[in-house]
Amino acid sequence: MEPTISFFSGFTPNDLLFLGEAALRTLWISVLSISIGTVLGVFFGWILFEGKWAAALTVAPVLDIFRSVPLIIQLVLFYNFAPIVGLNLDPFASGVVILTIYTAALVANVARGGIEAVGTPMRRAARSLGMSYWQDLRHVVLPIGGRAVFPAWVGVALGVMKDSALVSVLGYVELLKASQILITRTQEPFLILSIAGAFYFALSYPISRYAASLEKRWAQ
Amino acid sequence: MIQIRDLHKYFGTLHVLKGIDLDVDKGEVLSVIGASGSGKSTLLYCINGLEPIQQGSVEVDGTDVHAKGTDINKLRQQLGMVFQQWNSFPHLTALENVALAPKIVKGKSKAEAREIAAQQLKHVGLGEKLDVYPSALSGGQQQRLAIARALAMEPEYMLFDEATSALDPELVGEVLETMRMLAEEGMTMICVTHEMGFARDVSDRVAFFHQGVMEEIGPPAQIFGDAQSEHTRKFLANVR
Amino acid sequence: MFDYNFHWRPVMKNLPDLLEAALLTLQVAVLAMILGIVIGLGLALIRLHMRGPLRWLASCWVELARNTPALFQLFFFGFGLGAFGLHLSPYMIVLTGLTFNCAGYLAENFRGGFQAVPDTQLRASRSLGMTAWQAYTRIVIPQVLRIVYHPITNQMVWAVLMSSLGMLVGFRELSGETQFFASRTFRIFEYFAVTAVIYYVIVKIILLGSRLLASRLFRY
Repeated sequence: MEPTISFFSGFTPNDLLFLGEAALRTLWISVLSISIGTVLGVFFGWILFEGKWAAALTVAPVLDIFRSVPLIIQLVLFYNFAPIVGLNLDPFASGVVILTIYTAALVANVARGGIEAVGTPMRRAARSLGMSYWQDLRHVVLPIGGRAVFPAWVGVALGVMKDSALVSVLGYVELLKASQILITRTQEPFLILSIAGAFYFALSYPISRYAASLEKRWAQ
Repeated sequence: MIQIRDLHKYFGTLHVLKGIDLDVDKGEVLSVIGASGSGKSTLLYCINGLEPIQQGSVEVDGTDVHAKGTDINKLRQQLGMVFQQWNSFPHLTALENVALAPKIVKGKSKAEAREIAAQQLKHVGLGEKLDVYPSALSGGQQQRLAIARALAMEPEYMLFDEATSALDPELVGEVLETMRMLAEEGMTMICVTHEMGFARDVSDRVAFFHQGVMEEIGPPAQIFGDAQSEHTRKFLANVR
Repeated sequence: MFDYNFHWRPVMKNLPDLLEAALLTLQVAVLAMILGIVIGLGLALIRLHMRGPLRWLASCWVELARNTPALFQLFFFGFGLGAFGLHLSPYMIVLTGLTFNCAGYLAENFRGGFQAVPDTQLRASRSLGMTAWQAYTRIVIPQVLRIVYHPITNQMVWAVLMSSLGMLVGFRELSGETQFFASRTFRIFEYFAVTAVIYYVIVKIILLGSRLLASRLFRY
């Protein structure tokens, strides 16, 4: 009867499909959180830059909390806090909320650095040409500062993509959770983890290399 | 005495020194001039063994610099070197910058090394700056610190690689003044330089390098007044 | 507003246990950092100065550590090695996983640090008669340490935050212990809220300590 047992416990093409779907879920939750989180983060970064001491007393310490507490704790806390205030969020929604705020907290620092990188003389020059405050932001600060911190932002985005694996703690079946489920069933940990690792690597490695090459090129 | 015989140096396929023959006597001050890329700085690096050579020989007081058995670290103690970028060690105070090599290379005691360092710093006019970090010193002061650092090893020879080229114009004078003082004290010096005034007034001989070849060598009066080579005259006409 | 009664007493009763677990968190993070610094330094030097298979291995280590999720790395040391009959204790899973990750990130920091010290520093040292070893240990490495001091501090913070993943591989450090108590009492929010505060305090202490140490170490 041995062949039958290995038939049931073996790794099948269907499992590959299962992993593929989970990988898409990883991508989806990452893209969603990174996009919203980046917009929020840039806004916070601007507040940090312009707000001076008022921001230093309000926004800054709040964002700091999200950088000083493990993401996994944030996820569990929020998932269990939401019902208390009457919100019924599924694991996906909770994951998106926390990953978004987490992204925003990291991007805020990057964005502030970008604005600072432009420097007062260049902004004075822009204003002296008659640009308004918003024109200066749009046509000077955004392109120049954005370029300065783009590689850093890529680093944050890839970090969030990798950290999205932690949403599995809420029961959301993203790639790593799916791998875990399959491992339990098939007892093929090495094969399945290799596939999952390869997916993350194939996504992260080329992008980080590209960002590094941009950084090098722009540094000259 | 430094004896250079038929010295050839390549960087990859680039032939930077094409058969140099040169003797420098004890107590002599030699200035080396020429356009950038003519190989004059490379010559200094070959003399103290910072660059390997492909053909010929360099001897310092009878010791072959590039021979296998030579203790190059010992030999370099005879050859003080000052670079274009002054290369002060940023994590050490002025005193520590100068005292480090006597202590760890020559094995002097800490107190002795510090005494030598303080003396040399005073010598180059930095007696007030002993406990200052290089970041708080001007370029000219850092370059004098580099000179003191080399002198603390009590070298027989000093090699200057465009010691003033990277300095702001108003700081060049103080470094040249220090170099002139060393020359007057009888130090043997090879100075790769763009300062024609220094070359003419201070050196015993001036060598002109052109595309890896030593075109001409002679007393300043000859080089500056009556150069034999077409290239030398052209170069000097351009720098004036 | 809340239809929920907060019960803090059980948490407070277990606070000593949580603080003890926090010490375990610190212990594993510090150990991983010490090992990570030594290995990271080695990886950086190999990647800077060597050719051949050793360099390739070092690059694999660094890129895998940086381009896959930390949780994946923990799972790999947890279940993946089981395929080869190697079963690590939860403590060892977290320690090896964290060390692997920290070494990879620190290697890149060290590499950048070495590249930031100009070659001319080495030349100047050698021209004074120093041996290569003396020049490295007296001149180059002290400057590299200064450059990577801040990144090392950040990595230490990351190591503490990352150790919370121990909870997912059955290691009862701060997060694992919290989960253990929370699941027994169903006071999940309260337990994790207190744990979040503990993490926050740990992170702040590390940052403060690092700043104090820096002001003593670096006077230039």
